[in-house]
Amino acid sequence: MNWMRSLMLPMAGSVHAREMDNFYIFLVLLTTFFFVLVAGLTVWSVVRYRRRPGVITPHITDNMGLELTWSVIPLLILMGVFFWGVRGFLGATVAPGNSLEITVTAKQWVWSFEYPDGTRTVNEVHVPVGKPVRFVMGSQDVLHSFFVPTMRVKQDVVPGRYTDVWFTPDVEGLHRVACAEYCGKGHSDMAAKIYVDSQEKYQHWLEEGGDEWKSISPVAFGKLLYESKGCSTCHTVDGSRMAGGGPSWKGVFGRMEMMSDHKQYLADENYIRESILNPQAKIVMGYEPIMPTYQGLLRDRELNALIAYIKSLRN
Amino acid sequence: MAAVAHVPAQAHAQTNYLNAQKGVWSWMTTVDHKRIGIMYLSLISTSFFLGGIFALLIRLSLLNPKHMVFGKVIFDAETYNRIFTLHGVVMVFLFIIPSIPAALGNFVLPLMLGAKDVAFPRLNLLSLYIYFVGAVFGIAAMVTGGVDTGWTFYTPYSTTTNSQVTLMTMAAFILGFSSIFTGLNFIATIHKLRAPGMGWFQMPLFCWGIYATAIIQVLATPVLGITLVLLMLERSFQIGIFDPRIGGDPVLFQHFFWFYSHPAVYIMILPGMAIISEIIPTFSQKTIFGYRSIAFSSVAIALVGFLVWGHHMFVSGQSPLASVIFSFLTFLVAIPSGIKIFNWLATMWRGNIKLDAPMLYAISFLLLFSIGGLTGIFLGALSVDIHLTDTYFVVAHFHYVMMGGTVIAFIAGLHYWWPKMTGRMYSEKIARVACALTFIGFNVTFMSQFLLGSRGMPRRYYNYLDQFQPLHAFSTYGSWILGAGLGLTAICLLSSLRKAPDAPRNPWGGRTLEWTTQSPPIEHNFDVDPVLTHGPYDYRKPLPVEVEA
Repeated sequence: MNWMRSLMLPMAGSVHAREMDNFYIFLVLLTTFFFVLVAGLTVWSVVRYRRRPGVITPHITDNMGLELTWSVIPLLILMGVFFWGVRGFLGATVAPGNSLEITVTAKQWVWSFEYPDGTRTVNEVHVPVGKPVRFVMGSQDVLHSFFVPTMRVKQDVVPGRYTDVWFTPDVEGLHRVACAEYCGKGHSDMAAKIYVDSQEKYQHWLEEGGDEWKSISPVAFGKLLYESKGCSTCHTVDGSRMAGGGPSWKGVFGRMEMMSDHKQYLADENYIRESILNPQAKIVMGYEPIMPTYQGLLRDRELNALIAYIKSLRN
Repeated sequence: MAAVAHVPAQAHAQTNYLNAQKGVWSWMTTVDHKRIGIMYLSLISTSFFLGGIFALLIRLSLLNPKHMVFGKVIFDAETYNRIFTLHGVVMVFLFIIPSIPAALGNFVLPLMLGAKDVAFPRLNLLSLYIYFVGAVFGIAAMVTGGVDTGWTFYTPYSTTTNSQVTLMTMAAFILGFSSIFTGLNFIATIHKLRAPGMGWFQMPLFCWGIYATAIIQVLATPVLGITLVLLMLERSFQIGIFDPRIGGDPVLFQHFFWFYSHPAVYIMILPGMAIISEIIPTFSQKTIFGYRSIAFSSVAIALVGFLVWGHHMFVSGQSPLASVIFSFLTFLVAIPSGIKIFNWLATMWRGNIKLDAPMLYAISFLLLFSIGGLTGIFLGALSVDIHLTDTYFVVAHFHYVMMGGTVIAFIAGLHYWWPKMTGRMYSEKIARVACALTFIGFNVTFMSQFLLGSRGMPRRYYNYLDQFQPLHAFSTYGSWILGAGLGLTAICLLSSLRKAPDAPRNPWGGRTLEWTTQSPPIEHNFDVDPVLTHGPYDYRKPLPVEVEA
């Protein structure tokens, strides 16, 4: 059945995922059997009993035994399916007490994560392999849904209350989070990456942050951050204006910007830094004050890289 | 079916409900259920066309991940979101809910019962006008900016977005009244206007299906009405019932919404099943198998259908215990649908089957609805639903039920009663080709979406990962075949109107009362009030020759 798994389902990243896959494949076989039964009987009847002139059909109105059979057997099968589904569901609902807890905040259209030690990240989360992780989630605006296809888990993220989801990853590497509850313009771009790391790699990441910056130029690192930290859901880099978003980064550096309080400011390093960490301080004329603050979410070297990248986009 | 004093067809061929009175005014003030049915039919067909255009645009935009068509980006994300919302709203509220009951039901139900009209003919006309006003509101919402919430209007997005949500919910609110009045009218008609000799169990099964539907329309629609009023109040006055920022609960909206909208799924599918229960005996020339279990299963679906709304909310944050109970009830409600399928198969067994267009559509229904129902088992099973919900798997599942089920049944019924409604026979050859195209196109479009969903493609996505592109493209090609099939169906039916009336009273050899009167019927349906002498599907004797004329 492995070909069916790889045709129909994404990679399975946990024991729960593989158990759900077994159930899924069982359901595929079960429903295929019943479909072939129905389709086969239909085709057979149509061919075998095709219209012939002068035939008077038998007047068969009902048959209690037959009707009970085709009511009770499906009922019993469905009860089995029901219990199998409940078992997997309860397993996926209750997280073990020793889980690593990560707080998730959803906001149009970024995921941010906070670790017990205060480490905070955007659209990217690292978790150790083989250890249960529980995400405690809240939304700051509308409904979102935290969907990790490779873990076969999904949970709506609701404003005004907490919901949670958990899994024990056992496959190292990149896994993806998608938003599965419609949340407006950037819904389909509201994606995060889960890196399942070995224990050593995870510890190293917690202490040092990522290593990408060491091997590439600040501009290239800034471009990477632009794509991974949620900047690209509101800012373009080609000079076009995104509806409902912020100013394009193209040509912004070194320009005199007219603010909504009718004062002009030069967009220099300090202005960019302030706009990232305290976005409500100065609002460019004609834009809405909708940008979330990145205070505490970016390391200094990341801020520097973003500024370097914006500089590189000057006209 | 009935001992009707027979009058040769020719005697009345000159006058019928279409030409007895002339002029636009005579149509606008008519209380004839047949004319009202025809007007409904033209309005909902227009809605179906509009919703179909939106569907084709959605698929076109998803052809590739960059939304490039002829080298240009076809829509931005905000336009795309409006288009899929309008597709849903138009198809659900303007087309599929009124489709079979208001258009075909209006025309056929009194004829089947042997009645002169529905119980409240003026109320019937009023519900048509209310539908029209609702549609005007809906179009107003579309041309003044559209709606970007999805057809489900989930809060708090719907209470905070600045698109035309208030106007569109107003439209759905008004359309609800049209639906309630139609339901009331049909309940009263079925209770009071059956022909002498027609007990409840001599009634054609179509009437049972419409009856069960009407009960849901009357009981569930008011809940939607109240919910939409609350949504409008929340938007206008911030009363704090759904938006958590002012003390509301967004999940409460989902409970309210699905308390109507799940039973509404049965408003959509029960009339479809009812049509199939007519067509299969007629084209098999054999009595229906398990009349009572089909009739009772309609009522059972209508009642248990009120208790399963929570299966739309397994990941919403409702309590796990509630989810377990809703999952259990969901599996229970699946059984009556399964029973119907086995009954139809048993009806065909040892029949005398002719594959005319209505029967071809009925068989398409049988296959597609089976897929829709069987994939529902995946979604009812809790652990699997968590992975599949809000993905393309759900999109594919409900299109198999709603389009493969209801719409195909609607088209089947349209072909079945077209000669009765218009007095014309359409081209059988073209109708069969159109049916085949529709069937193939439908499967190409939606089968691929099951795979997209199970592989993790969420629904309502403007941008998607490159790995999903081949399946998306495949689905889009299917939508073109499907569009061609439906277009050909329209051509086939409409072109038959250009020729002189040629339909006999009973082109298919049916045994229900509508086939005993002329095609098209006279204003008051029957020359002589029919009296029933035997059941609705009695094929023990061949049809008297003069009735075939």
